[in-house]
Amino acid sequence: MSKIVEGLLYSESHEWVKVEGNVAVIGVTDFAQKEMGDITYVDMPDEEDEVTAEEEFGALESVKASSELFSPVSGVVKEVNGALEDEPELVNQDAFANWIIKVEMSDPAELETLLDAAGYKEFIKE
Amino acid sequence: MRYYDKLIFECSKKGRRGYSLPVRKYERTLKELTASLCRTLALGLPEVSEVDVVRHYTNLSQMNFGVDTGFYPLGSCTMKYNPKINEEIAAMPGFQALHPLQPAETVQGTLRICYELEQSLAAITGMAHFTLNPCAGAHGELTGLMIMRQYHMSRGDFKRTKVIVPDSAHGTNPASAAACGLDVVVVKSKENGLIDVEALKQLLNDEVAGIMMTNPNTLGLFESEIDAIARLVHGCGGLLYYDGANMNPLLGVVRPGDMGFDIMHLNLHKTFSTPHGGGGPGSGPVGVCERLLKHLPTPRVEKLQDGTFTVLHENEESAGQVSAFNGHFGILLRAYSYILMLGKQNLKYAGRFATLSANYIKESLKDCYKLPIPSICKHEFVFDGLIDDGSKVAGEGNGATTLDVAKRLLDFGYHAPTIYFPLLFHQSIMIEPTETESLETMDDFIEVMRKIAAEAATNPSYLKSAPHNAPIRRPDETTAARQPILKYADEASVN
Repeated sequence: MSKIVEGLLYSESHEWVKVEGNVAVIGVTDFAQKEMGDITYVDMPDEEDEVTAEEEFGALESVKASSELFSPVSGVVKEVNGALEDEPELVNQDAFANWIIKVEMSDPAELETLLDAAGYKEFIKE
Repeated sequence: MRYYDKLIFECSKKGRRGYSLPVRKYERTLKELTASLCRTLALGLPEVSEVDVVRHYTNLSQMNFGVDTGFYPLGSCTMKYNPKINEEIAAMPGFQALHPLQPAETVQGTLRICYELEQSLAAITGMAHFTLNPCAGAHGELTGLMIMRQYHMSRGDFKRTKVIVPDSAHGTNPASAAACGLDVVVVKSKENGLIDVEALKQLLNDEVAGIMMTNPNTLGLFESEIDAIARLVHGCGGLLYYDGANMNPLLGVVRPGDMGFDIMHLNLHKTFSTPHGGGGPGSGPVGVCERLLKHLPTPRVEKLQDGTFTVLHENEESAGQVSAFNGHFGILLRAYSYILMLGKQNLKYAGRFATLSANYIKESLKDCYKLPIPSICKHEFVFDGLIDDGSKVAGEGNGATTLDVAKRLLDFGYHAPTIYFPLLFHQSIMIEPTETESLETMDDFIEVMRKIAAEAATNPSYLKSAPHNAPIRRPDETTAARQPILKYADEASVN
């Protein structure tokens, strides 16, 4: 059974969002890391890069597959989690503790299109 | 198989030589090089005798597995036997001494073979013309898409940037489209594994350059609605691209040209018995319908009215040049030899027997392995893991997975099938026996697969620790990917 954290928002492409004021902290869900298997590389954008909702901002690579990461919101990347460069396995160890990017949102209304924990739980059941 | 895993560097003994170089009579001429360009460390080359070299590489070669050593049911790769007559012909001195820049009048026989191979491939596939230049399957895809783009642009139609690709497609299809600067739009499959024509309709508009399809598709299923698909895509002004990776079952039975495809590639190293994998190189000729002839890449072999052959180097409307010369001639020659050896009357049996073999194995194993789509397959089929994986509660716990089955197969001397592809299922095992395997070989394989399924049900942990008889157990793929060691450096010899 995959872990789901209450109070976060979720996308259908398996990213989670934690809202901290005007900043969205973004990572991938436990379900996603389990599906991927041992992650070997996290491809991340640079700070100050612009990201657009529902568009690619990076990728996860595992022994099994490569999968794109989609940004749940639009805005500017304020911080990337540099620790994942050397230790991509952190995502496997705890997908919710190890965020990937922090984005300053340009349109917080986009958050309304995301799922809540209960909605995401229902979504991955299908 | 004897275990051997040394590096040539580990055989090195300081000062040992395989032969003596003649005494140097001339001065070095590199004095003008600045110090920053000269190496200060020793080269660090291995120092070995001739017998060391011979034993080292002979031992390594015996660790190899190929079609010549055993059954190789790698789905989607068509690992058919490579007849030795192909090698004999390619080794003829007249072919071996060719140079790609020879004047056309000195290589008339070679040009004739290229021309006749193009004609044969066109007849087999129902396309009007072929180029032999692309050097691999994915290179053929890129070439085909360049032709597609050139066609639209030559008509002043610059909006068409989208390529539709089914979710069951080979991974190279979306990659080739992206490499060609086109945008990929995915169309879903239905529960029966075939393209959802209604979903396709929604995607069609005047921005669509074309669709890329494999038929039979990756599940080994024939896209029976291809007629309707071709009409729809042509109706919106797009072109149809045929990925020839799965052409084998159709040999002499159905032709992509007759299904409505405008552009296609063939993998000579799959369908036409030239060496595949490490034995390559590959070859990916591209065929087109009549109206796309002018967009084929150059150089092109042409037949003149007097019956002689020439090479056309320039063509303004061409999609461009995709390789230095006319493809891998040595490989083209092997495919030509294969086609002539079988002839029109026998080529059709290749496709039919490939289909029969796949269905035989599928039907013989479907009570032990999950068969998600039960219809008659073509040259390959996909299981979705074991029916009884040995876990106490179905689907949970430590049951045997597809990976464990594949590893256990190695113990019995088989190359594992393709696993975890296609992505439509979680435990995919994709099996393609090809037509060149005997009933006895297939029966032995079926028996082993059944034995493995029985082991999984009673003792899944035995599968989890497989292989037991192979030279190595399970390599640590994760660490290899996270912290790859990509070069050998013996500090002592370098310093």
